[in-house]
Order: sequence, then C-alpha cells, then structure tokens
Amino acid sequence: MTDENNPLIQFDSVVKRFPGVVANDGVTFTVDKGSIHSLLGENGAGKTTLMNILYGLYQQEEGTIHLRGEEFKIDSPTKAIELGIGMVHQHFKLVENHTVAENIAMGLSSASTIRPTKDIERKLVELAGQYGLEVDPEAKIWQLSAGEKQRVEILRALYRGAEILILDEPTSVLTPGETDRLFTVLEDMRSEGRTIIFITHKLDEVMEISDVVTVLREGKVVDTVETASTDKSELSRKMVGREVLFDLEKSDRERGPKILEVEKLNAKNDKRVQAINDLSFSVHEGEILGIAGVAGNGQRELAEVLTGLRESTSGKVLIDGEDVTNTSPRNISDKNVAHIPEDRMKQGIVGDLNLKDNVILKSYRSTPFSKGILINSSLVDEHARKIIDEFDIKVPGPDTPANLLSGGNIQRLILGREVSSNPNLIIASHPTYGLDVAAAEQIRQLLLEQRDSGVGVLLISENLTEVTSISDRVAVLFEGKIMGVVESGELEREELGLLMAGTPLEELEEREEPVQE
Amino acid sequence: MLDNLPFEIEKRQNPTGLAVITVSFLALLGAFLVASIIFWAYGANPIKAYQVLFSGAFGGVYEISETVRRATPLLLAGIGLVIAFRAKFWNIGAEGQLLLGAIAATWVALFSPIPDPFVIPAMFFFGFLAGAAWGLIPAFLKSKLGINDVITTLMLNYVAINLVLFLVQGPWKGDEQWGFPYTNEFSPAAKLPTIGTTNVHWITLVIGVLAAVVIYYLINRTTPGFEIKVLGSSPAAGRFAGMSYVKTTLFVMFVSGGMAGMAGVGEVAGIHHMLRNPNELSLGYGYTAIIVAWLARKNPLAVIVTSLFFGAIFAGGDAIKVSLGLPFQITDVFNGLILFFLIGSELLMSYKINWSGSK
Repeated sequence: MTDENNPLIQFDSVVKRFPGVVANDGVTFTVDKGSIHSLLGENGAGKTTLMNILYGLYQQEEGTIHLRGEEFKIDSPTKAIELGIGMVHQHFKLVENHTVAENIAMGLSSASTIRPTKDIERKLVELAGQYGLEVDPEAKIWQLSAGEKQRVEILRALYRGAEILILDEPTSVLTPGETDRLFTVLEDMRSEGRTIIFITHKLDEVMEISDVVTVLREGKVVDTVETASTDKSELSRKMVGREVLFDLEKSDRERGPKILEVEKLNAKNDKRVQAINDLSFSVHEGEILGIAGVAGNGQRELAEVLTGLRESTSGKVLIDGEDVTNTSPRNISDKNVAHIPEDRMKQGIVGDLNLKDNVILKSYRSTPFSKGILINSSLVDEHARKIIDEFDIKVPGPDTPANLLSGGNIQRLILGREVSSNPNLIIASHPTYGLDVAAAEQIRQLLLEQRDSGVGVLLISENLTEVTSISDRVAVLFEGKIMGVVESGELEREELGLLMAGTPLEELEEREEPVQE
Repeated sequence: MLDNLPFEIEKRQNPTGLAVITVSFLALLGAFLVASIIFWAYGANPIKAYQVLFSGAFGGVYEISETVRRATPLLLAGIGLVIAFRAKFWNIGAEGQLLLGAIAATWVALFSPIPDPFVIPAMFFFGFLAGAAWGLIPAFLKSKLGINDVITTLMLNYVAINLVLFLVQGPWKGDEQWGFPYTNEFSPAAKLPTIGTTNVHWITLVIGVLAAVVIYYLINRTTPGFEIKVLGSSPAAGRFAGMSYVKTTLFVMFVSGGMAGMAGVGEVAGIHHMLRNPNELSLGYGYTAIIVAWLARKNPLAVIVTSLFFGAIFAGGDAIKVSLGLPFQITDVFNGLILFFLIGSELLMSYKINWSGSK
C-alpha cells in the first residue's frame, strides 16, 4: 500500500560487488514521489550499477530497497516495468532495423500476436503529442538522430506506464537545444506526479533540472541535498573530494607555422552518404584548434580521413606541407602524427594484450624497440614502466592486460604512448568522453602541455565547455560543413550552440543583439 | 535466480596458468568418462579398454615409437594451426594443405630431375610451398573479399582429396602396382631414414620440434608476430596502428599451410613411400591437428606435448581395435569428445567458483 508519509523509494545500506571492486558500498538515501532526483558522481562512482539494481538487471548483495513502503527485490526488468519503473540507458536498447512502433511493441504483453503494432501507432501519436515528444511511429530506428532515439526510449517507458523514469546520462547525445526540450518534458512529467531519477556527471544539469541531488563517490553516498541549498563548487567538491579547477592555465603563445592544412576535403560515411563537405581549415604548431559539434556531423569521418583510415573523395590533406591525401595510416603516423581515437577500447588499445604490447602498438617497427624483425623486450618493458610512471597509470604492472584498466587509465595509456613518440600534430577525437572530472582535467592539461611545447592539436569534441576552455580557435561542424571558425572566447555558449544546430556564422553576425536565452 | 546455490560464480580477471591446466585436464577427464559409456555400450569393460589404450601407446619401445610416429604430422600441422588461430584465421584446411605437400613431395621423388642428394631437402621445400599455396587461397579470399575462412578452408580439403584420387587413379598411377591406385614406390634417395626398425622418420620430427621453438619466438619476440597478435585480438586497433590485415593474413596462412604441407611430406617420404588413397595417407591428421592446437591453448611449445597425447590416442586406438575388436573409428569419437569438452570448458577458465558463496 502506498503510504503518503513514506518516501517513494528508500535505499538502505545497499551493497553490490564486482570482481575487485565494490560498486555500491552501503548506499542509503530516499527518493520522493514527484521529484526530479539527480544521481551525481564521477565515472565508476556506482550510479548506473545502483539504478540497474532498481531496474532488476542486478541484485544487491546486502541491504534493502523499499518501494512505496514495501520491501523490493526483483530479478528482471519485466518485474520492474510491472512495478512502474522505466529506464533509458546511456546506450539505447533499440532494434535498428525495426520501426519506432515495432520497438515499442517489443516485449509489450498487451500487444496482439498478429499485427502487434495495430493500436500502438495511434496511442503513440497521442502520447507523443501530450509530452511534445514528436516522432514518426513508422520511421526505422536507424533513420533517427540520437535525440529522436532517446524520445523513443522515453515513449516506450511511458507507454508501459512508468511512474518512475530512470535516465542514464541522457544529455550526452543531445544538442543544447535538444537538452532544453528534454528538460521541458521532464518538468511536465514531474508536474503530473511522476518521479525522475537523473544520472549525470554534469553539474550544470544538476543545478538546472533537479530538486534533490545525491552525490556518489567510490560507491558511497557522500551527501543528499536539496539543489536549492547548494551550488556547483560545493557539489564538485563532494563529487571528487577536492576542488576542481574549471579554468585551466592557458599561456599566451605565438602560434607557429601551419602543420596541418585541409583543402576542400570531401568524404562519404559508411552508408556512402556525403559526410564531410568541402572542408578547409588549418592547424598551426603550438595551437589547439577545437572542432565543436554534435556527434554524427562528420567528426568521425574527418578524423578517419586525416589519419588515413578512410579515403576522401576529393580535396587535399597536407601535413607539414607534404601531400598525404589518401596515403596509408602508417605513412601518416610516420609524419609524426599522433592519434587519440574516438573508440578507445576498440581502436586505441588491444584489450587482450598487456601494457608492454600496447605501448609499442605503433612504434614496434622502429628503433630502438626493434632491430630487423626482433623486438627488444627488455627495452619495451622499460618504456612501459616509464609511461606508467609518467602518466600516472594505475595498474599492477606492465604485464597486466589493458582491458583491466579503467577508462581514465586507458586514455592516459593511449596519450602516453602517442606523446612519447614526440609528435608534431595530435588528432584527438573525444579524448575525455566518458571520463570522470579528474581524469578529464588531467587529459586536457596534457593536451595543453603539448600545445605549449609547440605541437599542433586538432581537438574534436562534443563537450562545448572543453572545446572553449582549451582551444585557441574553435570551428563548428554541422552536417559535414564548417559553420564558422572563431577565436576562443569570441562567442557566447549560446551562440556556439546555434552554430552547432546549423545557423551559419554570417547569419549570427547579422543579428544586432547577442542572442538571449 | 542463483540465490539458493551453495556457491557463487565470479568472473576471473585473467586466467592463471594453473587454471588453464586444471580446466584442460578436467575437460579431458570429462571426455574419457563419456567415452567409457561408449565402450560399455559396445560390451567392452571401460577400465580394460583404457588399459589396452595406455599399453598400446606406451607399453614398450615399439608402442612408444608408434605414438611418436603418429604425433609427428600432428606436431607440424598443429604448429601451423597455432599461428593461424592466433591471428583468428580459422584454418580448418590443414588436411588439404597436408595432401598438397604430399603431392609436391611425390612429384619431386618420381617426376623431377633433381639429383639424389638434394631430393629430400627439395621434397620438404616444395611440400612447404605447395601447402602454403593451398593455404594462401582462402587467405586471399578472406582478406580481400571477406569470404568466410571456415567454409573455404574446409571445402578445399575435398578438392585436395579428389586431386590426390585423380592423380593416383590417373596420370600418376604406378605401372609397378598391379593396378592398385598407388603411384610407383619412391627410390631409396627419396625415403626418409627412420630410427632403427621403428617407423619414426626423425628428420620430420626434428623439423617439427625446431619449428615449435621458431614459431614460439616468432609470435612472442618479433614484429611479424606482434602484428599477428594485434590483428588477431583487435583488427580495428591493428588498422589504426597502420598494420596491414591483408599482408599479415597472407603471411600467417603461408606459414600455416606450409607447416601442414611438410607434415604431408613426412607421411609419403617417411611412411608410405608413395602417393596413395588420401584416407590411407592421413588418418585425418589435419583435422586432429585442430584439437592439438586447441588443447595447446595456442602455445606452439605446448603443441609438442599435445601432439604426443593425440599420437598416443591413435596408437592406442590401433591396440583397442586389435585386442577388443572395436572399430578404429573409436579414436575419432575420442577426438571429437575431447574437442567438444575443450571448447565447452573455454568459458570455465574465465570464471571461478566460490564455494563460500552462501551467506
């Protein structure tokens, strides 16, 4: 029975262990009905694990959870859904080749066996209209943008009658405009009495959207506070256990000659659709050029063409004045180009192999690591230890397989490897994506150090704060085109947001007043 | 759901050497237990059967020599498969590559103008090349066109079998063989020396042991070996690092096919001294070598041990056939069961059981 005096959800000393780590260590807090409750914490703080327990994907080993005053222990999401809990995962769980309506019918017990989507489409349009979550029920999932896919996930949860909606890092795939829309939807849902649990590591969002915030660190609850009675710096202190420098030291520096020149570059994506369109820009030695933009606007294809992994259809890439268009990845890497790839687990490291093998992934053929075909393993061992030491990689030793490292350690390993080859140019794709605050800050600091020592850096990132805080110049990419290149600090966040959403720079400049929110 | 079990299953971060050996041993034990049921169903006492098997493989000098003789082709082909499997190239075609080696060796022995002192080295050389060429076909098809390696390597075995049949029944049919489908017997210069009166052609055996050491160093200490390891674990990371998937795949299958080819040379030059019906030439060595490589957990040095193990099963299988009157195919059943249990046990290596799990 629902007791109005009881909290909606009560976590009491919940413990969940994974091999080698305690993901949740005595988590205790309550969530009130009709509130937006943020779960704030760095990566690996245990936020997603805790919510996966609530959603029935994991079971806690110790402690209890009470839902509406009753003890709660379930072993499958099906039961969670019956109890009115819905979850939108960070990585969408949709069938790409099916339509929106089919995805919603999937696993729905009320769907009829024959033509399961019959009634769904109509109800879906109704529901979508009610919340402003417009989406075409007959569209195939692969045709949708990330924001639309998220809407489908939310609609699916609502369709199943979710009273409690868990959102795991929902804004990581959205443009600033889409984020605003999402927040409006969430507020509407709250006013109807639904409860939202919002997992994030972004402080701005916590302050903007939530009523209450629970801060997790290393699996433990640091504090649960009302958002109105706290501020960002206090929350960040709680989250990382110390003050975070939001403004990184950036020295003024004369930029050097051009190290990378891109002229009228065109390329197609894997679906053979034009992905980058007549791109022209250059990166100088000793500067960071940030490429801002929402993922999927040609960033991946650009990085791949520049590093030789994808063929361009026309245009030129010059490195240090030399034409390297459509040559091999090895040829480009031999021109002292370092690459921090977008998919660090798949491209950046070989997970099954140990750190020693991973530090020579690109330099294994050159002196001093090998002579002829023989690899000098003692030197490799020494080199691995040096990188572990210098880049503060937390690992038992150089013989540990790389896939046992956490995200931040993997990224430091990749950066350590790439930087130790003394590059002239670093192409960094989403270098801090998914990292916690401290690790991300360290990576940014390392990139700035490289810039200061005269390396040219092309920084591709969705994180606008990151791009604006460490770049010297910012180019905004939208649908494969550069909407404008501006000096860092020249434009407000909102204006950059407009560029990211496809407004050309000229149009922005025509407006007399700066854009108001 | 697992709440009531008296133990917990925990994912292991990294299987230890002991775990690998324990799990492999348990898998073998499981296979032997199931095989016992088959012996029993045939009316044979399983314990007696295993006694016969053991003494047939290790009971005396002759028995041991028969085990070693059977182990020799398994060793060469198995090492070749280890390198292919390291690169995640599923070479199921060692049988065909072995037969191509046998064909090339026969050509050298019977039809080439190569002078006597060079005949044996030439047989190994051309045998290697022929097996390698047979291996390069699926390597090219997979790396360039993306055609499934399991299918192509497997199918090429049948092509090779029919090629041998065609040769021994047609153009190469020996005029001294009373109409049997054999080639003529090799001249003494093309016969491998054996140890004493046994059938152990030691040159092939020495090549096999040396190859195990060389391939071990190749994989662990050289740049081509590094490329094989990287591309085998993560093709995307290999591409990112500028490695060529095509070149590495071709290299891997050149070596893999070549090793199987040399196994075929050993069989015709050391045992049969002629080319003959494929299932008399090879007792499915190319297929058994897959299990040899798998039991060795893709470690070339361990192949020395695992090839002896399967050599013993072949030799012991002969003894079972003779003294218990069971069909020789019982060895195939054994091999199949062992592979089945080995693959099934792969999963166990990455998990460990905590018996203290109940709270």
